[in-house]
Amino acid sequence: MAAFGSVLDLIGNTPLVDVSQLSPNPDVRLLVKLEGQNPGGSVKDRVALSMIERAEAEGLLVPGKPDQVLLEPSSGNTGIGLAMICRVRGYHLKVVLPANVSIERRQLLQVWGAEIIESPGAEGSNGAVRMARGLVADHPEWVFLYQYGNPANPEAHYRGTGPEIWRDCPELTHFVAGLGTSGTLLGVGRYLKEQNPDVELWAVEPPSGELVEGLRNLDDGYIPPIFEELGGAELLDRKTIVRPRESIEWTRRLVEVGVFAGISAGATLAGAVRCAAQVPAGERAVVVTVAADGGWKYLSTGAWTDDIDVVTERAKSIIYF
Amino acid sequence: MPVDVRLPTVLRPHVGGKATIQVEGSTIADILRQLESEYPGLSGQVLGEDGTLRRFVNVYVNDDDVRYLSELDTPVKSGDEVSIIPAVAGG
Repeated sequence: MAAFGSVLDLIGNTPLVDVSQLSPNPDVRLLVKLEGQNPGGSVKDRVALSMIERAEAEGLLVPGKPDQVLLEPSSGNTGIGLAMICRVRGYHLKVVLPANVSIERRQLLQVWGAEIIESPGAEGSNGAVRMARGLVADHPEWVFLYQYGNPANPEAHYRGTGPEIWRDCPELTHFVAGLGTSGTLLGVGRYLKEQNPDVELWAVEPPSGELVEGLRNLDDGYIPPIFEELGGAELLDRKTIVRPRESIEWTRRLVEVGVFAGISAGATLAGAVRCAAQVPAGERAVVVTVAADGGWKYLSTGAWTDDIDVVTERAKSIIYF
Repeated sequence: MPVDVRLPTVLRPHVGGKATIQVEGSTIADILRQLESEYPGLSGQVLGEDGTLRRFVNVYVNDDDVRYLSELDTPVKSGDEVSIIPAVAGG
């Protein structure tokens, strides 16, 4: 293998691993794409690079030019990916981060020199989005990539993650992924449906809206603009909710096959298992899912080692998706 | 047939602070209409004036979003759990 010119060249081309031992249905294969293998540790490296490259192509950012500031609301992974790339490219990054994310997410932002602006934990990611929008209104000179509304987010998956999955597993019948910004499902989903319209797309969500205490009324809700603009509701076949306890149980089950992944990966695996379980007996199926990050950033939550009731309560008060 | 309906924190003040309430009905539409008539404070929170689900409201039957099943016509049976969950940001 040749040497890579930059750590950013390591983004993407993540491995797809067979974890069918965990399938509840002997006729259904289960595979998981390990996005924790990206250099910044999550699937969001792809999104961060895609958004920065587009901003550079449009002239909004110029590598090497001093005093360029970016602002992004993020519960962690997008901020971490951006922080790594901004460090390499010489941009100053400010991340609006909800107060209740794991300590490791905060530490990783600091590793790459990002500035953290804390938003109220009780308002979850909604609060971070609201605060960021207010800040960029006061500072129009800052570059606001805005992962929730930036088409370069799903495009990263349409050009990268989707083709990689199709290359490695053209026999897939179902694709299951988490619904955060909706970028993965929109990009991978559109690509896979173009190759084979029969591929079913399942979205997995945590019950965040049940847990966010700072929501004043339902009009405070939020749907990512890219989800509505790119027809997310028409693209998806099914949307299922996975609660914290089940997410942690499946994060632990992944370890049985040697996979050390984050808590959201447990949630998406739980969704993939649900998907596999409803395939009729005797019908063959191949379910592919995405582990958005590795387990490293969640060690402080005791997810693998502490009593499950205690960890479940803890997970309710931190943002892990 | 009573089903359990889980309510998010933001709606609990309208039902005396309860997290779960039992409601009778055989479809999601029945359940939501019944809920809004029993708890007048909830009226207009879940269903819009045109009788459809409001934009930022997701309703799940046993963890499946009804928008991807039969929407308000999705059937429910005794023992099912219905969850009303606001759409919020992630990522």
